[in-house]
Amino acid sequence: MATMLAKEHGLNLKETELCLGLPGGGGGGGGDTATAETPRATGKRGFSETVDLKLNLQGNDTNKEDLNENLKNVPKEKTLLKDPAKPPAKAQVVGWPPVRSYRKNMMAQKVSTEENNNGSATTEKTTSSAAAAATTAASTGGSFVKVSMDGAPYLRKVDLTMYKSYQDLSDALAKMFSSFTMGNYGSQGMIDFMNESKLMDLLNSSEYVPTYEDKDGDWMLVGDVPWEMFVGSCKRLRIMKGSEAIGLAPRAMEKCKSRS
Amino acid sequence: MECCNKRRMMKESPESNFMNRRGSSCFPDEVLERVIGMLKSRKDRSSVSLVCKEWYNAERWSRRNVFIGNCYSVSPEILTRRFPNIRSVTLKGKPRFSDFNLVPANWGADIHFWLVVFAEKYPFLEELRLKRMTVTDESLKFLARSFPNFKAISLQNCDGFSTDGLAAIAADCKNLTELDIQENVIDDKNDNWLTCFPESFTSLEVLNFSILHNDVNFDALEKLVTRCKSLKTLKLNKSITLEQLQRLLFRAPQLCELGTGSFSQELTTQQYTELEGAFSNCKNLNTLSGLWVVTPQYLPVLYPACANLTFLNFSYAPLDSDDIAKLLVHCANIRRLWVVDTIEDKGLEAVGTHCPLLEELRVFPADPFAEGDARGVTDSGFIAVSQGCRNLHYVLYFCRHMTNAAVATVVQNCPDFTHFRLCIMNPGQPDYRTSEPMDEAFGAVVKTCSKLQRLAISGLLTDLTFEYIGKYAKNLETLSVAFAGSSDWGMQCVLEGCPKLRKLEIRDCPFGNAALLSGLEKYESMRSLWMSDCKVTMNGCRLLAKEMPRLNVEVIKEDGSDDSQAERVYVYRSVAGPRRDAPPFVLTL
Repeated sequence: MATMLAKEHGLNLKETELCLGLPGGGGGGGGDTATAETPRATGKRGFSETVDLKLNLQGNDTNKEDLNENLKNVPKEKTLLKDPAKPPAKAQVVGWPPVRSYRKNMMAQKVSTEENNNGSATTEKTTSSAAAAATTAASTGGSFVKVSMDGAPYLRKVDLTMYKSYQDLSDALAKMFSSFTMGNYGSQGMIDFMNESKLMDLLNSSEYVPTYEDKDGDWMLVGDVPWEMFVGSCKRLRIMKGSEAIGLAPRAMEKCKSRS
Repeated sequence: MECCNKRRMMKESPESNFMNRRGSSCFPDEVLERVIGMLKSRKDRSSVSLVCKEWYNAERWSRRNVFIGNCYSVSPEILTRRFPNIRSVTLKGKPRFSDFNLVPANWGADIHFWLVVFAEKYPFLEELRLKRMTVTDESLKFLARSFPNFKAISLQNCDGFSTDGLAAIAADCKNLTELDIQENVIDDKNDNWLTCFPESFTSLEVLNFSILHNDVNFDALEKLVTRCKSLKTLKLNKSITLEQLQRLLFRAPQLCELGTGSFSQELTTQQYTELEGAFSNCKNLNTLSGLWVVTPQYLPVLYPACANLTFLNFSYAPLDSDDIAKLLVHCANIRRLWVVDTIEDKGLEAVGTHCPLLEELRVFPADPFAEGDARGVTDSGFIAVSQGCRNLHYVLYFCRHMTNAAVATVVQNCPDFTHFRLCIMNPGQPDYRTSEPMDEAFGAVVKTCSKLQRLAISGLLTDLTFEYIGKYAKNLETLSVAFAGSSDWGMQCVLEGCPKLRKLEIRDCPFGNAALLSGLEKYESMRSLWMSDCKVTMNGCRLLAKEMPRLNVEVIKEDGSDDSQAERVYVYRSVAGPRRDAPPFVLTL
């Protein structure tokens, strides 16, 4: 009935008929021959054919059937709307696998943190798991840095892009290391460097002070630069006793002066 | 009863004269209404309403809950005209594939106009449950003002609102019992919305704010939990620490469902003991979820509470096989288990060993896009679960590859599947041992599982899979298809063979106009059809629309695409006619 109806309306059903093969791959033979790609009249998929997507067809190393050849051309990179998650590290089919964005985001953050936690807790495979975590972080676009606190048994990892200010970071670290509180931040959330006596008080105390290693490899006091700049330049965090951090202050001051 | 009073006032209407003629029935209307009012099942009520005019009216007057699976299938005016006394509304909006970014933003399914009509026609509305709808803060504020008896709101996969909307609900809904916010796209403004619950407010029974990523005001939360003695469900967000969790559990030992906050904090020995004590005090706990960020060494605090657990949702807690095994030893009563594939096959073996009463298993991928030597679960884990858990009837299983033989074994062990959703994450992945298509796997499923209602297929599949489905899946209601099939014939088999089919969603398959049109007579008995990136053209869709005027045939147009192709097609039955609120990229044919 459908065919008759279609013919009545001049609709050429053949134009949409396919024997084998999947969208983008053109028509194929009934699985018996190697398929030649028939260019589609509409050319709709044209732009996707320039995107050579490698599908990882596991377990198929030896026997690639013709069907699979077609499949290599199947998925296309399309963004119909802006995916609020990080941009895919490799070209991916929209919406596949069918995992909700919310879950994708949550899991991407977790895998990195957990890998690191499990690594430090069980064996001394911290470096390898951290490396793995770092790769995952890079591919997910997060800015994960290791956090160590003097006296704590485990290292942690935080994603700096999850926080909007020093106060946020401070709260998060306080939760992770319950014996640590970051005080002495001014209204803008930055250590008041200009007040030298306040600074010296902090550094003479037995209170913990957060420090970080920046891109140049220097160890700095957290809080001197605007938050965004800090996120961009921080490579790792270390929370140490104020008395130990005292050696950093002069260098930090110098850097601060050279920037302003 | 106020419903009878309302009806007596309306005796002037022409329908009422008809109602007065007591032809066959010797029951007064009030009695008939009372009897029919006891029916809870939607299907029963539907059947009852078809018997005769009296029963139709008794049913419509006595109906209190209404479920609308597609918000565009009916209009609020039509709904309120037929059912004058509704207290609870459930509405679903966008097509399910919108969860996977296949539907553009601003597509529609906005709740606001519904609320405006409800405010007038259902001033006594008590419950609203929405899924995949757009809900703005303005709508939430309007809701909070307009319904003095409002009790329960549940928002799942919705978007468009912020914590401002939640604040309005908290402040103005004096009788609120349920505030359930699940997996929504929400703008978390971190503005202390929890403090908006008045001091005098004590009626809360369900509170779920697990998806919010900012801190909440813990002080306000603790006070709220303390004064709401009927609180049964509490699902916290990441910001709640273990220490705070302990304090909340201390206040609310009567909880039945708990979503923990972050399960990760440095605890002293004493804090650990207190937390363990708090859990053992919760004698009524049957559901556990959350565990955002887990420190596995703290999992033992849960053990005292595990014996009564029936639902364990660890789908955001990437545990390894050892941790899950140690926990599951204590969870003999589990019926539903959601986990991440980091537990691997070994973890699934533990499931099979320790959870013989399991009915539902969902395994989510930790890293869906991983390449190369990615771990996860495989066919052997699947078989292990099926061997130990013979009552399994619901499975959602994400894996990288599978074999036909394994699936056949699984369904042989567990023939009572009602929901079988297998997602082989590489599109078009064949049986990794035989390199054959996965047709026989799904063939085994439909042949063995006669009660199957929902099926999601994946892997390398030819038309044969669809032939099997059409031939055997006589109870199938929902079918999800991706990257499968060889020709139009496949889709035709399903449309012709599955009498109970209600929802068909297809993406990236070689089905064209012939397939689409073969379902001409079928679509009116279905809720909806979704086809994206198939071979359907605009002409085919126009023809469908022309032949079937009671269907809405909508095409979502992409920018810069070929005008003759119909990339995304959404077809659904409707008594409300074409959408009045369609955005420019949705063409109604």
